[in-house]
Amino acid sequence: MAMTLTDDQNMLRDTARDFMASEAPVTHFRKFRDMGCKDGFSHGLWKQFAELGFTGILIPEADGGMGMGQIEAGIVLEEIGRNLSPSPFLTTAVAAVEALKLADKAMRDRWFPGILAGETVIGIAIEEGVKHRPEKIACVAERSGNGFKLTGQKQFVVQGASSDMLIVAARTAGAAGETDGLTLFAVDKDAAGLSMEAARLVDSAVAAHVNLDGVQVDADAVIGEVDGGWAVLSKMLDAGRVGAAAEMVGVGTGAMDMTFEYLKTRKQFDRVIGEFQALQHRAAHLYGEMEGARSIVLKAQSLMDEGHAKAELYVAAAKAKAGLACNLSVREGVQMHGGIGMTDEYDIGLYMKRDRSLNEFFGDAYYHADRVATMNGY
Amino acid sequence: MSDLETFRAEARTWLEENCPAEMRIPAKGDEDVCWGGRNFVFQSEAQKVWLERCVAKGYTVPDWPKAYGGAGLSPQETKILRQEMAKLGCRSPLNSFGIWMLGPALLKFGTEEQKVHYMGQIARGEIRWCQGYSEPGSGSDLVSMQTFGEDKGDHWVVNGQKIWTSYADKADWIFCLVRTDKANKYHGISFLLFDMETPGVSTKPIKLISGNSPFCETFFDNVVVPKDQVVGEINRGWDVAKYLLGHEREMISGMGGDGGVTSIGAAMKATLAEEPVLRAQMALFDVDNLTFRAHGERFMDEWKTGKAHPAYSNLMKYVGTELNKKRNELVMSIGGSQALEWESERTNGGSKARNWLRTKANSIEGGTSEVMLNVVSKRILEMPGG
Repeated sequence: MAMTLTDDQNMLRDTARDFMASEAPVTHFRKFRDMGCKDGFSHGLWKQFAELGFTGILIPEADGGMGMGQIEAGIVLEEIGRNLSPSPFLTTAVAAVEALKLADKAMRDRWFPGILAGETVIGIAIEEGVKHRPEKIACVAERSGNGFKLTGQKQFVVQGASSDMLIVAARTAGAAGETDGLTLFAVDKDAAGLSMEAARLVDSAVAAHVNLDGVQVDADAVIGEVDGGWAVLSKMLDAGRVGAAAEMVGVGTGAMDMTFEYLKTRKQFDRVIGEFQALQHRAAHLYGEMEGARSIVLKAQSLMDEGHAKAELYVAAAKAKAGLACNLSVREGVQMHGGIGMTDEYDIGLYMKRDRSLNEFFGDAYYHADRVATMNGY
Repeated sequence: MSDLETFRAEARTWLEENCPAEMRIPAKGDEDVCWGGRNFVFQSEAQKVWLERCVAKGYTVPDWPKAYGGAGLSPQETKILRQEMAKLGCRSPLNSFGIWMLGPALLKFGTEEQKVHYMGQIARGEIRWCQGYSEPGSGSDLVSMQTFGEDKGDHWVVNGQKIWTSYADKADWIFCLVRTDKANKYHGISFLLFDMETPGVSTKPIKLISGNSPFCETFFDNVVVPKDQVVGEINRGWDVAKYLLGHEREMISGMGGDGGVTSIGAAMKATLAEEPVLRAQMALFDVDNLTFRAHGERFMDEWKTGKAHPAYSNLMKYVGTELNKKRNELVMSIGGSQALEWESERTNGGSKARNWLRTKANSIEGGTSEVMLNVVSKRILEMPGG
């Protein structure tokens, strides 16, 4: 397919762009940050997302959604990134939806309507260490009664404490380090033995440390196949990764545009600083990096939407490249803003914080570059 | 079947029937490349036959109009033909600066007579061209060039010197920027075509750090050039040159990495397994290489639909050439001491080392990386200042 957006996709972009800029700009983010909101996002905004159809972008039409793909989800995520709009879109409407699409009808009927209505929030409980290592999952699910008993700990569960349900990856067989033997479970927030401790992150998002102390779930809580959870997990993670990459294209582009505007207005030595070649070359280089990131993210999204065999390779490359480029953008942004870039009052620092969280989410650039090397045969 | 699918099937059949088996194994080096021209010596009967058949079919320049020696293919058909050639491993029947550079300029600025005459010669591989742009005192600041053509009524008398003229010693004709009005910097340059055998033209190859001499110094001593050998208007040659430079940047921008998405890491697996930091560098390079391929694809799709910024090829040239240099640094590191060998048979005459050194020119020729960044900054990002 052509690497340009279709007319429909351009329309969606205009809608998302106008909406985020008017309803959820950086001032909205600041408001929720400064009030110390326990969720870190507005439930009202989440409902507005639903009214515009955003929450159902990836939900199949047969399940009441819009049945669109990663490109469309990414269009919304880019605008979220550009405005630092806080929402459960990436975790709930992208990652969780991709997992639930592989669940049975009863499970889909249980969760999709709430997502479509902008009422349900779902947490992704995968990480057990400080770095993303999904194959190392050690959390145990033992067979018990009609179902399973889950024991273990999870961390970096973004919006976990605000969630109605957690998607928990646990081991029903095999040992840590093996991809076989994993199973995904939908665990209700009120399940006995489930406890959470919320921790505010550098970017003001709230992530939970989750303790599963013999949490009993029924057999129908399994998403996909018992012991065959890796397939569901991979699908969910790749959607989350390419989604985080799209959001970083938005964060990086937003930071870059803000910085370029500053270079064109700030005067020192009786000149606008954008006249200095030392800054012009760095600006042009940054632009090239962001354009590259935008391209590989679009390529990865379209390969995922096609179900192409190389999609996984491109998703890894896209997460890595978007992470590196966005990180360059926020670093150059703070530096080129000079002293005011260090102030809380100025927005550029908020972009730096958001970049740091998104880079870590679902695996950082080094993790994904390593996967690219492995998939490329070395 | 759609028209394009029909075309694909026909192209494949034609290639299978007409491309000799010897022309389907990869060219080993420059000596296997057909450059055409008056003095070209075919390396094999197959090379000659393959050229002749492509000439007859218009496939040396498939996207040129039939009247000028092409096959009149649409961009989509041309892409399909190239894909089918790649699948069968067909060599390019004819490489030429005439095809890549002069032809597109003639198509845009030439008279009908010039198009039929010169483009026809290029398509048939009869004339090998070289490009006379840079001068010893005019590199990045090309427009300061001094080579002067004195007006003598129906002709000019050209005096001066060019440098970095690719294969000038092997070329039949030159397309050359000549100052025809000393009073006007930008609007005082004309784009002239003339025979390298004209009295007063001489060349001297320049030995490069790679040990090879693909470039020459070219001298003009009272060279007579008739006035009908100007392309475009007299004194407006800078417009032609700028157009051609844009074209050249597009072409060079395609050189990043290895021309494809295939990683060079797999073949070096054993070495990389023992060198974790080098493996990490290779991995990050692969991320950049995949990125550049996707970037190029997106750029071409936007270019075709008129959505790309007119100065965007400058960005692609910068990114692509820097990437290719990085790639060759990695090839040398992975190759270790063996890659240092300069003449041995086991290294095919030091090909890695020579290629590595050659790529250092990528970010100098056709506009330096620094000039590309200037252009991107001013024209695309609209940064202030002169």
